[in-house]
Amino acid sequence: MSRPELQAPPEIYYGDVEAKKYTNNSRVQQIQADMTYRALELLNLPPGDPALLLDIGCGSGLSGEILDEQGYTWVGVDVAPSMLEVALEREVEGDLFLQDIGQGFGFRPGSFDGAISISVIQWLLNAETSHPTSSPPHRLMRFFTTLHAALRNPSRAVLQFYPTSDDQVQLITSIAQKAGFGGGVVVDYPNSKKARKVYLCLFVGGGGGAQQVPKGLEDEAEEGEARAQFEKRRERLKKRQISGKRKNVKGKDWILRKKELYRQRGKDNVPNDSKYTGRKRKAVF
Amino acid sequence: MVRLITHNLLACHVKGCTSNNFPLQFKDVQIELREAEFNPDFLRNFMPRIEWKALVDAARQLGDTSLPEEQPEMVDDEFLQKLHHVLLEVHVEEGAMVCPNCNHSYPISNGIPNMLLAEHEIG
Repeated sequence: MSRPELQAPPEIYYGDVEAKKYTNNSRVQQIQADMTYRALELLNLPPGDPALLLDIGCGSGLSGEILDEQGYTWVGVDVAPSMLEVALEREVEGDLFLQDIGQGFGFRPGSFDGAISISVIQWLLNAETSHPTSSPPHRLMRFFTTLHAALRNPSRAVLQFYPTSDDQVQLITSIAQKAGFGGGVVVDYPNSKKARKVYLCLFVGGGGGAQQVPKGLEDEAEEGEARAQFEKRRERLKKRQISGKRKNVKGKDWILRKKELYRQRGKDNVPNDSKYTGRKRKAVF
Repeated sequence: MVRLITHNLLACHVKGCTSNNFPLQFKDVQIELREAEFNPDFLRNFMPRIEWKALVDAARQLGDTSLPEEQPEMVDDEFLQKLHHVLLEVHVEEGAMVCPNCNHSYPISNGIPNMLLAEHEIG
């Protein structure tokens, strides 16, 4: 199946049915929650400081719920009315806006202490009409400039997204830089196909001590449950390939065991055991 | 769920509408009061970012006159309670917000304002 952003614009793709399906899927919930926690970690807000955050593409409020739980006040924007309806049903705490982020925000300068966005900005990479304002670079530029204006100095925006190629990452980061952001891309689990996640970690200001781009998580860093499924099986397979040939299953032990079994069953003509049992014949030539 | 805290941050973002585009004026509104958790630290933190006049005007328009005309220097608990009520507990459910400059109307339905623009309005 192709990626959702290639099938239809978000406000159509996430219709009533898809919005419900998405919100009730426990796997989606788990992944969204994990990414929200990670985004908050990357946001690096001073602890104990009650902040006002912007949730870009809040959808049905899966990420907003976590912001509530962590004690943040937040404002969410999304372009899909059906998703917002689900969010209303779920009674999230934040203020919701029906807004197309590619058209830019209307927030006053310096309004927010930070912004997060989970699995959203890849939707900006498709042109829906041939009008110049609907071209991806134009929409990205509008999005990043207005976002930059709406954030306080210093602050951060962490945007998780699913790029399909390196060109897309290049395009997004270059436009973000033109809009005045510092920072860059953080890749978690870069070697895993499933667990790999790309975060765009953007900084506004930062004064003399320039902010450092955080490091992505590596496979070794977290053992056990946090790893992608089937990772272990693949590793075992690899080990076997490295060590070369498999251990012979039908060795001497196996033959002795079998012969013993036949004797117990009273089978005739079971050969006697000797020092030659299970040994290979010499090559004749 | 337009609360006055977000209304106070919101300006018109129509193409070319860059001056006198704040604050948006409420029109035909229905409000609902819903209790929220009182968090004095958050309010103290947020105070410097408030456009005081816009907030007081908006509150008066919605029929709440508890806030003083001028932002007080001294911040006591009683004042924070009032501010908390105005900022976080008054929800605008239905109606519209109109830009004082370009007259663009952002309709609010079910508590969600529709901020979408037409193609010719995109900056």
